[in-house]
Amino acid sequence: MRTAGIHQAVFFYIIMNPIINIKNLSKSFIDESSNENTMILHHIDFHMNDGEFVSLIGPSGCGKSTLLNIISGLDNPDNGEINISDIQSNNRLGKLSYMQQKDLLLPWKTVLDNSILGLEVQNENKRVSEQKAVELLETFGLSGYENYYPNQISGGMRQRASFLRTILTNKKILLLDEPFSALDSITRSQMQKWLLKLWKQFNKTILLVTHDIDEAIFLSDRIYVMQNNNFNSMQIIHVELPRPRTREIVLDDSFIKIKKEILPLIEN
Amino acid sequence: MQNTIKKINTKLKTVFVQWFPAVILIFSLLVIWEISCRLADVPKWLLPVPTDIIVELYEHWNLLLRHSFVTLYEILIGFSFSIISGILIGGLIVYSKTLEKAIYPIIISSQTIPIIAIAPILLVWFGYGLLPKILVVGLIAFFPIAVNTIDGLKSIDDDLVNMMKTLGANKSQIFKKIQIPNSLPYIFTGLRIGMAASVIGAVISEWVGSSEGLGYLMIRSKPQFLTERVFAAIFLLSIIGFLLFLLVNYCEKKIVYWRTLSE
Repeated sequence: MRTAGIHQAVFFYIIMNPIINIKNLSKSFIDESSNENTMILHHIDFHMNDGEFVSLIGPSGCGKSTLLNIISGLDNPDNGEINISDIQSNNRLGKLSYMQQKDLLLPWKTVLDNSILGLEVQNENKRVSEQKAVELLETFGLSGYENYYPNQISGGMRQRASFLRTILTNKKILLLDEPFSALDSITRSQMQKWLLKLWKQFNKTILLVTHDIDEAIFLSDRIYVMQNNNFNSMQIIHVELPRPRTREIVLDDSFIKIKKEILPLIEN
Repeated sequence: MQNTIKKINTKLKTVFVQWFPAVILIFSLLVIWEISCRLADVPKWLLPVPTDIIVELYEHWNLLLRHSFVTLYEILIGFSFSIISGILIGGLIVYSKTLEKAIYPIIISSQTIPIIAIAPILLVWFGYGLLPKILVVGLIAFFPIAVNTIDGLKSIDDDLVNMMKTLGANKSQIFKKIQIPNSLPYIFTGLRIGMAASVIGAVISEWVGSSEGLGYLMIRSKPQFLTERVFAAIFLLSIIGFLLFLLVNYCEKKIVYWRTLSE
């Protein structure tokens, strides 16, 4: 009874203290050809709890990447509030880890030097940074490749090297913008399982943008479904599937039930 | 040991295969030139045959070499001057919006002035010495280097810049770690164009007024109907151009090493 009470208390605490809390956020862009103001994000409410895995899913052009750019600090909203715990100032750049769709490795740097780029920018000691990276090479499936250049390794490896760079910045929150979309389905499935392992190992809070429904359900605790129609456009789907999850779960009735819930929202 | 020999052998083979058609073509053109001139009995002062030029190179190599070194010296000094100023000013223009507004229009509009046409003025100001030649070479090679540097520094993938920003990088870190390496292949394109232009600049500024160099030798040999010497000078100029081209290529391979990595 007592333990249950504590759990409840902890649970309540987490709910009350989201790590990211966005209220009533709006963003519009001016279309250069017609000079019209296009509303991309319309009064968005969004939150993420500590240690949660949340996916953002929706058709292209619905503003997924825009929201991610705003959270990361690359862009600013027109209206609304963004509260991210531990970040007081308005400048969010460099305070969250953000991995974009492309691997964006620098062709003139080796895998090892690419992976420590974030630490290099923070002026950390090079030897110490390299030490940190070398320790993780195995986990990221890159051991033996530390001295290779990006165009000498495969797409999956490049993505993992990019990931290593993101992880090494050692931020609590990870923003991932369709990180696997350029990979073939087998590599992609391996990377998904690997991402779940990483999420647990490093105790991160992950926000994943994807257009793949299966990927979202397989990985997430909660899914935000964004729609193209302007009003009330965010739907929240809770994924209450047990963890650890295996690949077979996609055939499970509960999985398919969630998928049936999401599909009409997106098709719309 | 055996492996190294094998490697050298395959390398020689690829070089041979790559150059073989060009060498054959040039050689046959030279043979056609030689034979047709001899058959038609063209006088030597009008069009010397290749063997005349070879004889000239052999008999007067001392004189030719001395003047070659003067021209080479002018090119090297002027070209170095244009590399430094071109990259520096190109960099400053990209780094500062104010400087861009101040300098860039001047650089662009100054290109409407044919640099070669100001060679006589430079002669009036600085005399027959090295300085006016170096200035012409420097000015003529400056523009392609500066413009390509600016292009290279500006043609940066926005996603890369955003990635750096999310890592917390400031403007000068982005410039140093992304923009500069990214611009190197462009700068080398500028160097190749500037290199070719600087050979032309050196010769023409010597024509305008000088007392040594291959351009001077050509001007002096022409009225004496020493046409084979003019040809020998042209040959040596193209050798200089070719060697400098190889030098630029070699430096590019070493500095922009990631472009030629094997998969």
